[in-house]
Amino acid sequence: MYAFSYHSPKTVRQAATLLGKNPDAKVLAGGQTLLPTMKQRLASPSALVDLGKAEGMSGIEVKGRNVVIGAMTRHADVATSAIVGEAIPALAALAGGIGDPAVRNRGTIGGSIANNDPAADYPSAVLALGATIITNKRKIPADQFFQGMFSTALEEGEVIVKVSFPIPSKAAYEKFPNPASRYAMVGVFVAKKGSETRVAVTGAGSDGVFRSAECEAALKARFNPKSLDGVKVKASGLNSDIHASSEYRAHLIPVIAKRAVAKAMAK
Amino acid sequence: MASVTMIVNGKEVTANVDPRTLLAQFLREHLHLTGTHVGCDTSQCGACVVHVDGRSIKSCTTLAVACDGASVTTIEGIGTPDHLHPMQAAFRENHGLQCGFCTPGMIMSAIDIVNRKGHQLDEHTIREELEGNICRCTGYHNIVKAVAAGAQAMAGK
Ligand SMILES: Cc1cc2nc3c(=O)[nH]c(=O)nc-3n(C[C@H](O)[C@H](O)[C@H](O)COP(=O)(O)OP(=O)(O)OC[C@H]3O[C@@H](n4cnc5c(N)ncnc54)[C@H](O)[C@@H]3O)c2cc1C
Ligand code: FES
Ligand code: FES
Repeated sequence: MYAFSYHSPKTVRQAATLLGKNPDAKVLAGGQTLLPTMKQRLASPSALVDLGKAEGMSGIEVKGRNVVIGAMTRHADVATSAIVGEAIPALAALAGGIGDPAVRNRGTIGGSIANNDPAADYPSAVLALGATIITNKRKIPADQFFQGMFSTALEEGEVIVKVSFPIPSKAAYEKFPNPASRYAMVGVFVAKKGSETRVAVTGAGSDGVFRSAECEAALKARFNPKSLDGVKVKASGLNSDIHASSEYRAHLIPVIAKRAVAKAMAK
Repeated sequence: MASVTMIVNGKEVTANVDPRTLLAQFLREHLHLTGTHVGCDTSQCGACVVHVDGRSIKSCTTLAVACDGASVTTIEGIGTPDHLHPMQAAFRENHGLQCGFCTPGMIMSAIDIVNRKGHQLDEHTIREELEGNICRCTGYHNIVKAVAAGAQAMAGK
């Protein structure tokens, strides 16, 4: 790891000021992605701005018809939250399936979303539930937030403060994990709210998380696993790597989506 | 350099460290608490697991300075050679180790599992919860038995 200066701001405003003063500074949240990347010298920020002590950045509350989660809320806290378990159990289950217990005790929702790893779990929930990302500057709808792998709408020095999830009528997440890394080879989050059904896919797209038009069209008329019978997803634009070909991933998407819909209906 | 103060195994320590010092490095090289092991250094193996404010974390993937003000418990803080922690005793009884390299992390993770899931742990739960701890020797079978027995023994502690 290359040397850096360390800052521990007490407020989001201080954090933003520090980021403004240090052009190649980075925010440190749980460090579960950033520190391994820095150890491998794939990142070498001159300064780290640790959000660990910044006030008002973690916690979970219901506001109107939304569950609002602070960016520094750890995966373990989302997984075991009574509020999330009641309002959006699919989201609690997703958080409880990330990595292992020690990773869940450090990793944060803000870090996961800001990082936008093409195989991360949270981005699929944010996109399928139509969440809003609240930063120190503005509110960004999920549909505009994710902009290709490891890339988001966040500008230099912009900090995610909260994520607001509309409460769906039915939702579920189903993940087909790589047997070694346990990251999603294909993960599908389905959410139904009123007459709208959204299906977000992670792990498969070479541009990161995306909505499956084929699955959404099939589920539009009827939200039922059977609606996905015979649905074909195109392999173009999907990842091919040592773990699976793009054709294999294309085949998995409706299969995993079907399991997710069945799970959502069972609740 | 940056100043850091934390409580380690009940004792307050203050030090000036290079900010890139990992918690694992701080424990091993500054405090000479070498029971915490570094197996992979890439966040996979769990040999470095310690408790920070009562929660298991990978000390190879946490900065020491980020633990300023926190309370840290390492394998040295849970028992002594004469008075083993019930989980340590269970690993010995059940032959839950061979080379012993993974054992400190296994035991710290195991205690965390009991804290979260209680004293009656079935095999499936233990195997799922030990996802982040890798052992190259035992084949896990006796580790799983040790965790189940240790969990029950902790109830009578
Ligand atoms: C062994 C292991 C297994 C894992 N398995 C999974 C898995 O199965 N599924 C999964 O989804 N993830 C997995 N992860 C990744 C984990 O979820 C990370 O915690 C997460 O991706 C990043 O969150 P963090 O809080 O650790 O962020 P950090 O590592 O601290 O930061 C990541 C990036 O986000 C930026 N950032 C952080 N917070 C903010 C903010 N509030 N505003 C703006 N930018 C910010 C940082 O500057 C950095 O660029 C795994 C990690 C490990 C080590
Ligand atoms: S040394 Fe920390 S996880 Fe392997
Ligand atoms: S006992 Fe040798 S690595 Fe586990």
